[in-house]
Amino acid sequence: MLEIEIDGTKLTVPNGTTVIEAARSIGTHIPHFCYHKKLSIAANCRMCLVQVEKAPKPLPACATPVNDGMKVYTHSDMAVKAQQGVMEFLLINHPLDCPICDQGGECQLQDIAVGYGGSSSRYEEEKRVVPNKDLGPLISTDMTRCIHCTRCVRFTEEVAGMQEIGMAGRGEHSEIMSFIGMTVDSEISGNVIDLCPVGALTSKPFRYTARTWELSRRKSVSPHDGLGANLVVQVKADRVMRVLPLENEAINECWIADRDRFAYEALNSEQRLTKPMVKQGGVWLETDWQTALEYVGNGLKSISRDYGADTVAVMATPHSTVEELFLLNKLSQALGAGSASVGGRYADERLAAAQQGAAWLGQPIADVALSKAVLVVGSTLRKEQPLLAQRLRQGAKRGLKLAILNPADDELFSAIAAKLISRPDQMVEALAGVVKAAAELKQAAVPADVAAAEPCAAARGIAQVLVDATAAEGDRASVLLGNLAAHNPRAAELAALANQLAAITGATVGWLSEAANTVGAQVLGLTSGNLLSKPRKAVLLFNNEVEFDSHDGQAALAAVKQAEMVVAFSAFKHGAVDYADVLLPITPFSETAGSFINMEGKLQTFNGVVKPLGDSRPGWKVLRVLGNLLASEGFDFDNAEAVRKAALPQGEAGIAAKLGNAVNGLAVTLQAAATGLVRMGEVPIYQADALVRRAPSLQKTRDAAAPLAGLSPATAAQLGVAEGDTVKVQQGEAQGSYTATIMAGLADGVVRLATAHPTTAQLGAMFGSIQLTRA
Amino acid sequence: MMLTPESLAQIDREVAKYPADQKRSAVMSALRIAQVEKGWLSSDTIKFVAEYLGIAPMAAHEVATFYNMYDRAPVGKYKITVCTNLPCALSGGVDAGEYLQKKLGIHFNETTADGKFTLKEGECMGACGYAPVLLVNNHTMCNHMTPDAIDRKLAELN
Repeated sequence: MLEIEIDGTKLTVPNGTTVIEAARSIGTHIPHFCYHKKLSIAANCRMCLVQVEKAPKPLPACATPVNDGMKVYTHSDMAVKAQQGVMEFLLINHPLDCPICDQGGECQLQDIAVGYGGSSSRYEEEKRVVPNKDLGPLISTDMTRCIHCTRCVRFTEEVAGMQEIGMAGRGEHSEIMSFIGMTVDSEISGNVIDLCPVGALTSKPFRYTARTWELSRRKSVSPHDGLGANLVVQVKADRVMRVLPLENEAINECWIADRDRFAYEALNSEQRLTKPMVKQGGVWLETDWQTALEYVGNGLKSISRDYGADTVAVMATPHSTVEELFLLNKLSQALGAGSASVGGRYADERLAAAQQGAAWLGQPIADVALSKAVLVVGSTLRKEQPLLAQRLRQGAKRGLKLAILNPADDELFSAIAAKLISRPDQMVEALAGVVKAAAELKQAAVPADVAAAEPCAAARGIAQVLVDATAAEGDRASVLLGNLAAHNPRAAELAALANQLAAITGATVGWLSEAANTVGAQVLGLTSGNLLSKPRKAVLLFNNEVEFDSHDGQAALAAVKQAEMVVAFSAFKHGAVDYADVLLPITPFSETAGSFINMEGKLQTFNGVVKPLGDSRPGWKVLRVLGNLLASEGFDFDNAEAVRKAALPQGEAGIAAKLGNAVNGLAVTLQAAATGLVRMGEVPIYQADALVRRAPSLQKTRDAAAPLAGLSPATAAQLGVAEGDTVKVQQGEAQGSYTATIMAGLADGVVRLATAHPTTAQLGAMFGSIQLTRA
Repeated sequence: MMLTPESLAQIDREVAKYPADQKRSAVMSALRIAQVEKGWLSSDTIKFVAEYLGIAPMAAHEVATFYNMYDRAPVGKYKITVCTNLPCALSGGVDAGEYLQKKLGIHFNETTADGKFTLKEGECMGACGYAPVLLVNNHTMCNHMTPDAIDRKLAELN
């Protein structure tokens, strides 16, 4: 600890603290632009100059480490003169266009110019003008305003992992830009908008639509991935205008992913369903709630009377709130239809039976990057969990060993210590090899069901990483299972093997929850079974677009099409227009009170930030009325809080008691090496839920491009397919034609073709066998 | 293949001078080698070099645009760079630049119609004692470039 004095205040700070951090700890603000606590120190804006006793000239507070006995003056004549001088230099080339600048009112340059600058400029020469750059559909540029702090450059390199933005040129000619002809394609790129201290990088979708002082700020929680990023939703005239991060170091730090930030565009989409609709004689009629709900109630009653209650299926997606899922499940059980399901994309029914609790991360989010080693099994990590991938990237820089077992060797922009690339239907055998190798390394008993496994060199490499990481007392490692494991037809075996591996190495097993409330749905007792595996007479779809939210979109669509009555609770007019009989407009997360349980088991509640659009109503209210209509007991709730209390009577403690990743009574059956082509059908980042599908700007990004059929070089050669060829793909009866692309890191025998996209929804199972021929 | 095996071998030699995880340290040498082969650095060349070194294309682009000895546009057979920094300017560097412009009939940053000469303004070459100085094709330093000396040099190059 060092003793220093800032503006006469004595304080002690740890070794290595910089002056700016020390000052912040006692509430002394030192003006700055380029300094950011999450980024490396650049010290190039010079705004934070302060006077340090015995130093002959002012020093940059952000880059000056504290010395014992140091005396710092932030407001002395020398410091003030230095700050004014820097401010005058910064403003020399800055245009005076604040009235038309989106940053106006929330601009650090504006604020600091008022606080620390002179009242006029002595500069009368010409100002420089910098051409704007095309950074893609999300970030708008006004490069003349740039003050070259390089925060955006450091963000892309250090946080996003790939330096997509850089400073070209030198001196007066330097310009911030992306590489010629390339856009900024990172899945967390929007954070550079927040980082930019001036109006050089602003939000393209938000541009010119509102002023910061017109917006009210309301807290919310991201409804997309299982992280549950904290949001500030900014609202004007009952309309969501933009979304910014709410800092929460334990969850999202100060970042949010692009889908958290830009998916709000869907909230104001023209595809919003604003009135209940009933199909009569093949024609959709708008109606009122009373009529629509009575129609649904009567329909459900007569179907359960005529065919039995077990011909009713109730299906949601795990993007729905705790309150909605609780009431939906209650309704389903009241109807006699058993539990409602959120597991449309899951394919292995054995997992739910064997899983001993709600599958969760197994540890707090912040602890993941503190592991010594992390094995990620089956995940397109950056696209499934953009911010968790970022955390692991920071961990990897500090020495965390990252290992992957995946069908594709995707670029993670992190150092990978060991990797095992395996086709989806052989991931079980691959992981069994790792388990066996780990047992041998640890000289532990090899579990009987993996005794026959033959660990390859890569499997041994992964085992070595995990065993080394947990060698010392108190060191931790994690085995994390992603969507490609969860959706795998052999998910239960993967879970069992992950547990075996954890038991042998002392690692923690965790699931990277797919959706905002995946953990919540399990805590509430919803099933993850496929309810459409047998024919149904009535299907209730809650936020669920079966063609996109199912493991086998083709089969699911056929199943709902043959049902007598399909009720779609949705915020949007979606594909259900073709197969549903009733459309009930429920509200998205921004228009309802609710809560999500994120992957670390944390319950996060939020309130609606705007009024429900049109006649749409919060899902829990609709279910309450429907429950009462069906004359069931216990649907009288006054508010969302009351529902939450009923859903989670013991609150946080009750949730914690229900979490658990152990898998019991499940034998792993190793199979012979698979032959033939198998599909790797991941869910694309901007097709994962109803909101992102309808966010126009996200849909213009490269990540939202129509899926290509990816093949490894060897497989492509075998099939006689070259890059860019049109190929015909067939799964069962279904077929489609796609453009082929050669992916160097893909396992052989795999056709990588994303699901949940309009162009691939007609195909079959995510990880089913598939035929591919050159067209 | 963007570059010849000879150039790649030279780049590999440069890469070998640095630790295996710091290949980016070789970016200046790699760009120089690429420019010698190609004559100038197109975006494609820069991208190739970046990918060869395993760094972001933008990281190589930053370097290629920072240093004025990298050419981001095609140049003539002989690129003449005249130093016009202060010590040279005081000893006739500006005059040398003007004389060259008149003689070649081009301005700075232009190339003669026959594609033979490109004229550039350069920064200090560390040879102020020999001012005025100019560089031919980044590699040949010419001292005391009075009009006579310039005439002789141009005749030699022609």
